[in-house]
Amino acid sequence: MGGKHYLPLTDEDRREMLSTIGVESIEDLFSDIPSEVRLQKELDLPPALSELEAVRHLNSLAAKNKHLNNCTSFMGAGVYDHFIPAVIKHVTGRSEFYTSYTPYQPEISQGILQAIFEYQTMICQLTGMDVANASMYDGGTAVAEGAIMGCGSTRRSKALVSRSVSPFYRAVLKNYFSSRGLDLEEIPLKDGHTDFSKLEEMVDDQVASVVLQQPNFFGLAEDLDGVADIIHNHNAVLVMSVDPLSLTLLQAPADYGADIVVGEGQSLGVPPSFGGPLLGIMAARQKFVRQMPGRIAGETVDSEGNRGFVLTLQTREQHIRREKASSNICSNEALVALAAAVYMAALGPKGMREVAEQCLQKANYAREKITALSGFEPAFPGFNFKEFALSIPGKPEELNKKLLQKDILGGVDAAPFYPELENTMLFAVTEKRTREEIDTLVRELEGWK
Amino acid sequence: MRKSKALLFEMGRSGRQGYSLPSCDVPEKPLDELLPQKMQRSEPPDMPELSEVEVIRHYTELSTRNFGVDTGFYPLGSCTMKYNPKVNEEVAALPGFACLHPCQPEETVQGALELYYNMEQRLKELTGMERFTMQPSAGAHGELTGLMVIQAYHRHRGDHKRNKVLIPVTAHGTNPATVTMAGYEVVQLPADERGNVDLEALKEAVDDTTSALMLTNPSTLGLFEEEITEMARVVHDKGGLLYYDGANLNAIMGYARPGDMGFDVVHLNIHKTLSTPHGGGGPGSGPVGVKERLIPFLPVPLVDKKGEQFYFDYDLPDSIGKVQSFYGNFGVVVKAYNYVCMMGAEGLKQVSTDAVLNSNYLASLLQKTYTIPYDRLRKHEFVVSAKPEKKKGAGAGDIAKALLDRGFHPPTVYFPLIVDEALMTEPNDTESKETLDAYAQAMEEIAKDIDKDAEKVAAGPHYTVVGRLDEVRAVRNPVLRWEKE
Repeated sequence: MGGKHYLPLTDEDRREMLSTIGVESIEDLFSDIPSEVRLQKELDLPPALSELEAVRHLNSLAAKNKHLNNCTSFMGAGVYDHFIPAVIKHVTGRSEFYTSYTPYQPEISQGILQAIFEYQTMICQLTGMDVANASMYDGGTAVAEGAIMGCGSTRRSKALVSRSVSPFYRAVLKNYFSSRGLDLEEIPLKDGHTDFSKLEEMVDDQVASVVLQQPNFFGLAEDLDGVADIIHNHNAVLVMSVDPLSLTLLQAPADYGADIVVGEGQSLGVPPSFGGPLLGIMAARQKFVRQMPGRIAGETVDSEGNRGFVLTLQTREQHIRREKASSNICSNEALVALAAAVYMAALGPKGMREVAEQCLQKANYAREKITALSGFEPAFPGFNFKEFALSIPGKPEELNKKLLQKDILGGVDAAPFYPELENTMLFAVTEKRTREEIDTLVRELEGWK
Repeated sequence: MRKSKALLFEMGRSGRQGYSLPSCDVPEKPLDELLPQKMQRSEPPDMPELSEVEVIRHYTELSTRNFGVDTGFYPLGSCTMKYNPKVNEEVAALPGFACLHPCQPEETVQGALELYYNMEQRLKELTGMERFTMQPSAGAHGELTGLMVIQAYHRHRGDHKRNKVLIPVTAHGTNPATVTMAGYEVVQLPADERGNVDLEALKEAVDDTTSALMLTNPSTLGLFEEEITEMARVVHDKGGLLYYDGANLNAIMGYARPGDMGFDVVHLNIHKTLSTPHGGGGPGSGPVGVKERLIPFLPVPLVDKKGEQFYFDYDLPDSIGKVQSFYGNFGVVVKAYNYVCMMGAEGLKQVSTDAVLNSNYLASLLQKTYTIPYDRLRKHEFVVSAKPEKKKGAGAGDIAKALLDRGFHPPTVYFPLIVDEALMTEPNDTESKETLDAYAQAMEEIAKDIDKDAEKVAAGPHYTVVGRLDEVRAVRNPVLRWEKE
C-alpha cells in the first residue's frame, strides 16, 4: 500500500480502536453510506510510487520544461523574473509557518499574525494607503474585488476599466461582474495609454469604480495628473492596479488620488510558478475598510497588557456574516504575503529602489538598442518602467521560436489580447538581465526578416 | 515568560542592508530623462533598513510564536490539518516547475501540462466527474467558479428565472457568501433531528427558481446525508443542479464519489484532502470538476492532449472565461499530484478509513465526559457541544484556550451554528492512537478543572507566549498598521 509512512495506525491499533467504538469491522463504520452510492469497485489509479520513485517521476516531468533558470527570459505581462534572495525560502520554509492554518487561535499564532501586520504596514507605506489586507489570490482577483468594493461603497453597479489594464485582469473582472449582474465598460486606448478624454466622457453619476493600471500592461507610466479629480467629481472611486516594486520609484498612488490600490505582488520575491501561487495585494483609504474583503490583522493587548495581534473586523467576513459578507474569500495567499514581507524587509527602501532603477535603466537600454535595428519600432511613445511594446517585422510566434534555439524566452505576443496590435510584442527586462544577455538578444533580432 | 516581540519597524538602522545586487552594467541615463519628475516618488517609503541576520532572527523568533501541524495535533474541524509530506515541498521547488513563466510557448512547458493532465485524470476517477479545471485558487474560489458555471448553463438554455441557491444550515460560511458573490439569493434549509438536511423542507423549497443546491457531504456535523439520492432526485426533477463542496472529501475516498451521488459540480480543497500545507492561511487550490453537460462552460483554458503533445484548449465558446490570471495555483497542484502518486488507490482509501476510524474512536473517548449531539456513526469529524460546561462557567472558547496550555491546537469553535458551544473536531488520518488518547485525556482533565474552578479555566490560556488577546478592543479601536509615534 502507498503512503504507509504517513499513516501511523497499525492493524493492532485499528482492532483496539474498533473495539473501543463497539463495532466489529471497518466496514461497519461506513454502513451509513447508502448502498446505492457506495463505490462498487476499487479506484482505478496508477500503482502507488515510493518516495524515491515519485521524486524520479516528478523530476522527469520537470526536466521536460524549459525554465527561467536555464533560459534567458524577457517575458513579463504581469509576472517577472526578478532576483529572489535566499533568505525568503528559509523563512517560508519554517514549518511553524507553512504547516499552520489561518490564525483563528491568536495566542499560538502570534508569528504569522505579526508577520501579516508588518506586511500590511509595508504595503501601506508603499502605496500611501491607510489599510491593507492580508492578501488576495492574485492580481486579477484583486482587481475584480477592488472594483466590487467600489460598487459596495458607492451603492452603484457599474465600473469602467481602461484597456491599458492587463487583459488577464480584465478577463477575471469581466467574469466577476457579469456573474453578479454588474455593468462593465472599457475605456479605449490612445497610443498605448488610457484615453483620458474618453474617460471624462464616460464617467458619470452611475459609475462606481474606475480601474486603471500603473505602469500599464504595455509597461508605460501613465500621466495621472488630475485624473482622480475627474473621477471624484462624480463621487466615483479610483481603483489602481500597481506593481508594488515600482512604487519606490513611481509616485505613490495616494499622491495622485487613488482610493483603492490593488495589484500583483509577484515581483516581491515570489517565484513565477507557471502563474500561481501569486500574490494579490489590496490596500485602501480608511473609509473603505468595512467593504474590504479578506483577512486583516490588527493590534491589541493580552490579559497582562502585552502587545499582541489578532484577526480583526471579522464582521466583514464570510464565517461571521455569511451571505452579507464583503466577499467569500477564506483561504488567501498568506505564505506568499510572508515571502513578500521578507523580501521587503531584506531589501528595505533602498534595495527596492535600486532594483527598480536597474529595471528602468536596463529596460530603456534594451528598448533603445532594439529600436535602433531596422524593422523594430516602439509600438507607442511614452515612458517605460521595466517593460515595453515593440512593433516587429514578423510574427511574434516565429521570433520566439528563433530565440528559443538560443535558449532565450522572448517576449509576449500582444495580438491575442489586442487584435489591432498585429506583430506587436512585449519585452520585460528586470535587474537580473545583464548587458551581455541584452546584447545577445539584440544580436539575435538583428537582421531577422 | 510572556513578552511581546519588537516589530520590524522598531529594529534596524539607516545604512544597514540585507541584500546584495550586482552593479548596473548598462550605461545609465539621468533619471529625469527616463521618467518625468512629476511621475517620480517624492519621499522614500518609511520602511526599516535591516541586515540579513536581523531579518532571519526576527522571522525565526516569530516562527517560534506559531503552531503548525509539525508542532502538534491540529484537530481543526473541516480544515483537514493532516501532515504535509516534506517531499512535496521539494518537488514543487524544482526549477522546472517553480521557475516557469505562464506565457512560455507550449512546447517549453510540456512537463507542466502533462502534470495538469495527469492530475485531472486522477481527480476524475477520485470524484466520478468528467472534467476538471485547476484554475480556482482556493475552496471558496472553486465555489464561485462552480456557481458561475451553473449560472452559465442555465442562462445558455434561456432559463433566466433561476435566482436562488439552497444551502443547509450546517454549510460553511463560504457557501452563502459565494451565493451572493454570484448574484444569487440564499435559501437556507433546516436540519432534521438526525442531523440530515430536512428532506420535507427541501421539497418545499425547490421550484423553478432554484439554480442549485450546495451541499457538503459528509456535513460539517461529520454526518453522511442518508437521503442523498432522494435529495438529488428532488432537485434534478425541478431542473436544479447539485453542487458538492469538497471540503470534507477526506472522509469518503474510495468509498463513495460525489459524481455517483448525483452531484453535477464538485470542488476539492486539495490543501485539505490532498495534503498540501495551508501556509498560515494560503495558498490553497480548489479544482472544480463537472459532469458532461457542464463542460462547455468551464473556465479557459483546459489542458488537453493531441497525440503525444499537450496543449491549452481555449476553444470553448461558451466558457465563463477566467477566474484567475493564469492557470491556477500550479505550485500547489504539483504537491498534491506527488501525494496522489505516492498514495495510489489503496493508500487513499486507507486515508479515509483511518480518518473515519480516528474520528469515531476519539468521539467514543470524549463521549464519556462530553455531550456529542446526533448519536450515530460519524465520518471524518464530530461536534462536541460544551453547553453543559458553559453553564458551569467555561464554554467552547475557554476549553479551546485550555487546550492551548496542554500543547494542542483546539477544534474549530462555535461552528456549525446549529450546535451550541460547538467544538468541531477533525482528528484526520495522520494521527496515531497515542495522540488521540493524550488529547482525550487532556479534554477529561479540562472537564475536571471546570468542575473545580471554572473561573480559572475561563481566564486561560496561562502558559502561552501571550495571554488571552482582547479581540473586542481590536475591533473597537482598530490598529491595522504600525505608525510612527
